[in-house]
Amino acid sequence: MATEYNTVFASIDNYRKGGVQCLNEDAKRYAFSNIYEVAATNKPYDRIVVAKNLDYTIEVCRAEGRSGWMACAHDEFVIAMDYDVVVHYLKLADDTMIDRDKDGFQSIKSAPEGQKMGRIFLKRGHQALLPENTAYSFQADKPATLMFQTILGDESIEKWAEICQH
Amino acid sequence: MSAIMTSTKNSSALGYQSFKIGEFSFDRCEYFAYINCPTAEHIISIDDFLRALMRDVAWGFFYGTVAFDDVFGTINHYGNVDVYLGTKHAEWKHAGRDYIENFKSDELMDLFKAILSDWTNEGFDPFAAPQETGTAWGPKRGNEDRLISRQREVAKRMVGIPGDAPLRTDEGGYPVNRAFPDVDQEQPVIEAEPGFEGELHAYNFFGYLSRSDVTWNPSVVSVIRQSLFCPTTEEYVLPIDHGNDRVEWFLQLSDEIVWDIKDGETSTPLATVTMRAGDVSAMPGDIRHQGQSSKRCMLLVWENGSPEILDMIRKGTAPMVPVTF
Ligand SMILES: [Fe+2]
Repeated sequence: MATEYNTVFASIDNYRKGGVQCLNEDAKRYAFSNIYEVAATNKPYDRIVVAKNLDYTIEVCRAEGRSGWMACAHDEFVIAMDYDVVVHYLKLADDTMIDRDKDGFQSIKSAPEGQKMGRIFLKRGHQALLPENTAYSFQADKPATLMFQTILGDESIEKWAEICQH
Repeated sequence: MSAIMTSTKNSSALGYQSFKIGEFSFDRCEYFAYINCPTAEHIISIDDFLRALMRDVAWGFFYGTVAFDDVFGTINHYGNVDVYLGTKHAEWKHAGRDYIENFKSDELMDLFKAILSDWTNEGFDPFAAPQETGTAWGPKRGNEDRLISRQREVAKRMVGIPGDAPLRTDEGGYPVNRAFPDVDQEQPVIEAEPGFEGELHAYNFFGYLSRSDVTWNPSVVSVIRQSLFCPTTEEYVLPIDHGNDRVEWFLQLSDEIVWDIKDGETSTPLATVTMRAGDVSAMPGDIRHQGQSSKRCMLLVWENGSPEILDMIRKGTAPMVPVTF
């Protein structure tokens, strides 16, 4: 009999966590969390660190409505983890809009000037490049989960005790 | 008095070669690999041995310890490698049965590649899930040099960017795996303004993974400095027990993996970590982890390959856990 395989993905409104089952071990050492729970329980576009290796991070945010503009002095990558999100890109008009010596994403306070570069329409499981020194902004019609490969910055939020099993 | 056994097996009777490096020797019969060293003999089922050897070879001895089982394995020192028997097992050490010898990486690699090539029979793919390949048993029967010399895809910036590692397609020989018929294959729509064509990049990451032709073999899809996204598809049991020398992270993308966690030095069981879609877990640098996946699933392995960590490992200052809270 041929098996019908069903791939189980999760989403901001439908996830089921696993966990650490300890014998002689401290669960906190595993910093165990779930990205959909983090997206479901945080404010739109707050970038929560869910994994950290020295200065490198994986960050997660809830996408909902239109975000402000952000940019970064190094490449970042974003993956849409459940629902549709549009990424808007803008060529920064001038070099002083972000601090080029800082790691991590930086919010751009006022609406940045620059040329529109275009848009990418992300569906579940699509990964996009957020190129260095390029402004980006997200738009999601309904709450969605975004996952970022990036580096720890001033605006990255660490709240391990709240998100992790202990 | 305790005996030190040495193998009576004669690989050549079945058409296989015997191998030797330093004080270690390797033989195989129809069902088992035999490892001999001055303190002991150890045997491992040949299918498990070849699957583990395949990973050790493909990953260039990887990060830290690649344990074939609780007794035998390699420890990477990046340029030279320890081969050990019993060194990472409390009872073997207690009995004084442990033995360890250091080799230059390229010399050991040459030997391991030769064993893998000679002992892998036609029809057995050590990278494949057990349901997708033939068996390793029996006397020597051809080879699978084409399958065991597969190179893993390594992106410099992101797969799919012109000039970088290509996407996986039907035409490229990467059909959707039998376990992922329901994974959407559509590519993202990119609307570039005039003058910015070729500057915006995105691809279907889950679609890419659904076309992986191997199991438990991470490839690199995106890179920021030394931050490496190394996703992989997993089915059945990870053929090695990995004892990293640094923290690594897992992010479960689909389905479920149960990780057995043991103490890295003694092989004592410490925990099981059950990961379902969306779960994130660190693997501390002082444990060993071995995953089990009942259905082929997608896992993001996240590694930090920085030379800075290598210095910290050499000085013994690399953190064993990523964060404290
Ligand atoms: Fe690992």
